[in-house]
Amino acid sequence: MVVGQSLVKPDAYAKVSGQTKFADDLALPRMLFGRLLRSPLPHARILNVDTSRAKALPGVLAVLTGEDLPIKFGILPVSQDEEALAGEKVRYVGDPIAAVAATDEWIADEALSLIDVQFKELPRYMSIEESLSATEEAIHGKNNVHKAVALEFNDTAEAMAAAEYAREDLVFFEGNTHLPMEQHAALAQYSHDGKLTLWTSSQTPHYVHRALGKVLEFPMSRIRVIATPNGGGFGGKSDIFSHELVAAKLAIRTGRPVKITLTREEVFYAHRGRHPVLMKVRTGFRRDGAITAMQFQTFLDGGAYGSYGVASTYYTGALQTATYAIPRYRFEGVRLFTNKPPCGPKRGHGTPQPRFALETHLDKVAEDLGIDPVDLRLKNLSTPESRTVNWLRITSCGLRECIEKVVLESDFRERRKSMPPGRGLGFAVSSYLTGAGTAIYWNDMPHSEVQLKLDRNGGVALLCGAIDIGQGSDHILAAIVAEVLGIQLEDIQLTTADTDLTPIDLGSYSSRVTFMAGNAAKAAAEKARAKLFAAAAKALECDVEDLVARGRQIFRRDRPSEAMPFVQAIRLAEADDGVVTATGSYTPPKLAGPYKGSGVGPSPAYSFSAAVVEVDVDVKTGEVRVPEVWVAHDIGRAINPMLVVGQVEGSIYMALGEALMEEQGFRLGLHKFPSLLDYKSPTALETPIMHTYLIETIDPEGPFGAKEAGQGPLLPVIPAVANAVYNAVGVRIDEVPITPDKVLKAMSEKSRRVGPKAAPSFEFPPLVRADVPDEWKGR
Amino acid sequence: MSNEVSVRLRVNGEEAALMVPPYKTLLEVLREDLGLTGTKHGCELGECSTCGVLVDGLPFLSCLAMPLDLEGREITTIEGLATGTQTHPLQVAFAELGAAQCGYCTPAMLLTAKALLDHDPEPSRDAIKEALSGVLCRCTGYAKIFEAVELAASRGGDPVV
Repeated sequence: MVVGQSLVKPDAYAKVSGQTKFADDLALPRMLFGRLLRSPLPHARILNVDTSRAKALPGVLAVLTGEDLPIKFGILPVSQDEEALAGEKVRYVGDPIAAVAATDEWIADEALSLIDVQFKELPRYMSIEESLSATEEAIHGKNNVHKAVALEFNDTAEAMAAAEYAREDLVFFEGNTHLPMEQHAALAQYSHDGKLTLWTSSQTPHYVHRALGKVLEFPMSRIRVIATPNGGGFGGKSDIFSHELVAAKLAIRTGRPVKITLTREEVFYAHRGRHPVLMKVRTGFRRDGAITAMQFQTFLDGGAYGSYGVASTYYTGALQTATYAIPRYRFEGVRLFTNKPPCGPKRGHGTPQPRFALETHLDKVAEDLGIDPVDLRLKNLSTPESRTVNWLRITSCGLRECIEKVVLESDFRERRKSMPPGRGLGFAVSSYLTGAGTAIYWNDMPHSEVQLKLDRNGGVALLCGAIDIGQGSDHILAAIVAEVLGIQLEDIQLTTADTDLTPIDLGSYSSRVTFMAGNAAKAAAEKARAKLFAAAAKALECDVEDLVARGRQIFRRDRPSEAMPFVQAIRLAEADDGVVTATGSYTPPKLAGPYKGSGVGPSPAYSFSAAVVEVDVDVKTGEVRVPEVWVAHDIGRAINPMLVVGQVEGSIYMALGEALMEEQGFRLGLHKFPSLLDYKSPTALETPIMHTYLIETIDPEGPFGAKEAGQGPLLPVIPAVANAVYNAVGVRIDEVPITPDKVLKAMSEKSRRVGPKAAPSFEFPPLVRADVPDEWKGR
Repeated sequence: MSNEVSVRLRVNGEEAALMVPPYKTLLEVLREDLGLTGTKHGCELGECSTCGVLVDGLPFLSCLAMPLDLEGREITTIEGLATGTQTHPLQVAFAELGAAQCGYCTPAMLLTAKALLDHDPEPSRDAIKEALSGVLCRCTGYAKIFEAVELAASRGGDPVV
């Protein structure tokens, strides 16, 4: 047995011995060092770029500007608004303008200082409000609205008017960043046979491959992208980045390998992190707490470019219905461009913000209605094998078990009524995708593919495009193949994320790898096993149905003594039919509803989580400490429980950072904290006692029943902190992060609240009605 | 180049004689001149400890250290933590408990933990937290790292070199 065991993952010993090669660890003979010149201004027209002095500096081999890479790109086909190097305009402090390649980093840095750029400054828009009220030149196009959406599923106005009780809340979630410990890095090599190779710390090598082909106008068959193990990603390395395209172009220009490694400050500018979102939620209820309708509005501060923003916008409205059976639902969202580093997907992509809004809202509703906050949730839970009002298909769902587990283990119901002064308990629940059901670019091909080659000496080569970003995807692939073939992890040799060698996996994002690449691996292994069984059945003179593969043996179920070694079966199969290979693919079922925007939200399965957080609030300083956290997570099936617990603990940690301290602040157009010292993140000293409970619901479509773990467990923790602060000191901090100044301010205010006071005025587009079919109603 | 200086370093028990520019940090010399890329970097400003190595058995930020100052001192990098093929108990515990996720902070975390265990073979949980608090990790939430240090301690660390 391999699946279900807490085994040591295949890359563990390389990591603990310093042998894992991250992108910046690579070096090639005659390698040059590339650096990017970044904008010092948040919004300006570029009048002139003079590179003559930089080019004349000894040791400089190439200098690029916008005109060298004029083709625009973007991760989403609908948002091709980025340039590798800005041509006409810069849109945030840090926007790349020019690049150099030199024989060492010091010369490259000096060359940057010799590039003269003349700007005409434009007015800057640094917030949702400033962006919306702009009267002068917009950041892109005619106005600063990037995307506005309005959807309605059944008539909410009618239900709101008839509601026995309704409540409206307004909350704000400040932006924050991924902060992977590894800075982004890319190394490009252009060889004399006209082939380009790019090693890059990327979660999405396939999309980088496509962008390189487009921007460089180079056939993709001559481009090889190899993703190196990511030193942390969390969504921050799933975009196409300037330094990747520029390194490639510089390598082509100079004929020498070129490496660009971002400084930590530059990582803050590369960003693509959590969107700041202002939210208004209004919900109608019956007196008994049953939700009758919900209207949800979101205003996203998108930063300077599109990135994943169209998807992020939809995600702020997509999953409210996955945890609660909401019969009527309206969602209006708008993403604004601002002169800040572009926002994108960070762990939970677009859903932690509305989850914070919804779960604090329900806590207030429970108090208004005199209902226990747990009972209010239980009253409205979505159920297994159901459809949501916005057309999402829910299969396995262990939310009720998750809730019962954390409530029991933390003794939430009793203890919250009698906490010592300054102490409080908070509760919240959540749901997340197990892989986006649609690809970033529409196509009918599989989302994940795996190829196996069985060696006549007993080894199995496993090839897959998935890249391990620390979450353990290498282990999941190997464990699934080992389980099916009845062999051990060490029998498997992995080759991953190399576009020349490995079949496609769309990337390590949206919590998709275990489910999708896992299903592809399972399919490949089953095909390989069928070939071995056919060969073995002939030799053992039995039917293939009689055979079992276990313990590196293939044997007859009814007569286990009649067995042959795994390696012998390979040799027989190879003698019969040549090299023993097998492929497996996974394409998610088509689940998108018949309305525009329905591609965001559907997933072949959803994970569910519940959290209880205990806080200790210092009423003198306003500081919030977290001594203990309980999280139960519906994982479907844990392929490796130790790795799943690791994902839950990492999620709790990252959530506490977001809840209490992490934020992207700006002043006069400048990032206030672009360093690891000033951008506060939790250290070992802030680590709470973490209780993790895995709820196994065995998803019908997941590999061995597995679902996701990397993102979902983060979601309930942030609102649970806010609810615990209220339980502790009776103040509502309707704004993340919950910093000491806000707690003190709320304690001194009559309203006992800190948070946004009004939503900006904005005319959303006309509602698109997409009522579910009659046959789904009541399911 | 004319502005290079001669440096003699002792790294993982071996002598290395180098000619390097005097402004190159220990981090850069280890990674670029000695090929010891197991030492990582997260900020190069002394803020994250990802570049941590041991100097005479104590944690040291290689991104702020100048090689010339360290002549005659004993420098240990992650490559020197194992003895031949014998992995250090901390390395085994980190692997067994999943204390290394992405693995990027792991070299510094392991070396810092080794310095702790060499001076305090049975540290309390609070002592472990305190000792590791300067090394940032974004993946694990630290819990499995604490557990791994405790597991290694319970199995007995190796003696101080």
